[in-house]
Amino acid sequence: MSVALTLLGLLEREPSYGYDLKRDYDSYFVRGKPLSFGQVYTTLARLARDGKAVAGPPEHGDGPERKRYWITETGTAEVDAWLSRPAEPEPHLQPVLFAKVLLALMLGRPAGRYLDAQRKAHLKRMRELTRLKSAGSLADTLLADYGLFHLEADLRWIDITAARLSELREMARTR
Amino acid sequence: MNAPCAGRGALIEARDITKSFGQTPALRGASVAVAEGEILAVMGPSGSGKSTLLHCLAGIFPPDSGEVWFDGRRLDTLNEAERTRLRRTAFGFVFQFGNLVPELTAADNVALPLLLQRQRRKAAYRQAAQWLDKLGLGDKGARRTGELSGGEAQRVAVARALALGPRLLFADEPTGSLDSLSGEKVMDLLTGLAREQGITVVLVTHDVRVAAYADREVMVRDGVVTADAGTVRT
Repeated sequence: MSVALTLLGLLEREPSYGYDLKRDYDSYFVRGKPLSFGQVYTTLARLARDGKAVAGPPEHGDGPERKRYWITETGTAEVDAWLSRPAEPEPHLQPVLFAKVLLALMLGRPAGRYLDAQRKAHLKRMRELTRLKSAGSLADTLLADYGLFHLEADLRWIDITAARLSELREMARTR
Repeated sequence: MNAPCAGRGALIEARDITKSFGQTPALRGASVAVAEGEILAVMGPSGSGKSTLLHCLAGIFPPDSGEVWFDGRRLDTLNEAERTRLRRTAFGFVFQFGNLVPELTAADNVALPLLLQRQRRKAAYRQAAQWLDKLGLGDKGARRTGELSGGEAQRVAVARALALGPRLLFADEPTGSLDSLSGEKVMDLLTGLAREQGITVVLVTHDVRVAAYADREVMVRDGVVTADAGTVRT
């Protein structure tokens, strides 16, 4: 999963401090493997360098000095393009798809449409593998089967997630 | 609505059709078009209306509203006798449970619809033997279908449907009662022979691995065709 794009998506939701981004990222997108603060700040620095986010002036509060980050137009366009583009159909995509769906719901984007696009990309790949099976050797068939079963599992996840979008939208709103 | 339509070039097309059973709507304005020679998978969850869509396209029952066109003419306005004739002469059917006569042999089952079309007995059985051979059942012609495995029986059902030389084949969950390997064999043969003969196929399935044998797929959700994976080949 792309940490940079997910953080950028969270910034589109609202301008945030690094600490808040880490907290939201850990709470929504990972289970048991939190981001390090170092990774958060390095990523934010890179996003700022590339013009996708900007840092505000240092703020002094009770604790250490901190900066709030805003997404730029370039950053918003990057998030939009990432969400709209189906991931390359390959095994073990779930974290990427989950991040896209949840971010889309947080940002009021058409999560159902993204799932449909991903479904289409998966089915296209399944058609290619099925043709490979029909024309190929037994070894090709077995390799294609491996891919087909994994893509099928992804598709079942896509379908069940599509059926749960309302529930998930509620969760994205309330947490 | 908002459904894929081929317009000109479509062999069969549903335009904004609705169908209810009592108070329960099954189709709420479904539109779909299938080009000649195309294999289309119609997918959707249980109760989405995909089988009802197939039945309306096949003229098994008419829609409550909307239009069904086959080869440039209205199908939904034909009377029952005309629709039956069309189903016998231009359409083939394969259902989940082959609907074979278990007491008859495989050859009898394939020859039966040919005999009903007044073909001579010898020619009908010769043709049946040829189709059974194409389906890998050349040595099973004399076996009663009740004694065959599920996969073999379903291949007899495919042979029976194709022997009539249909322009359009409707397959409703054709592998639904088969194990994976038998299902693959049925789909390989069904789609391979349909492509070879230029037969258009409407394939209803909830199984993505079966849908992957098609050229294109559409989704039916809540009685509406909602997603299309590409444009109709013309």
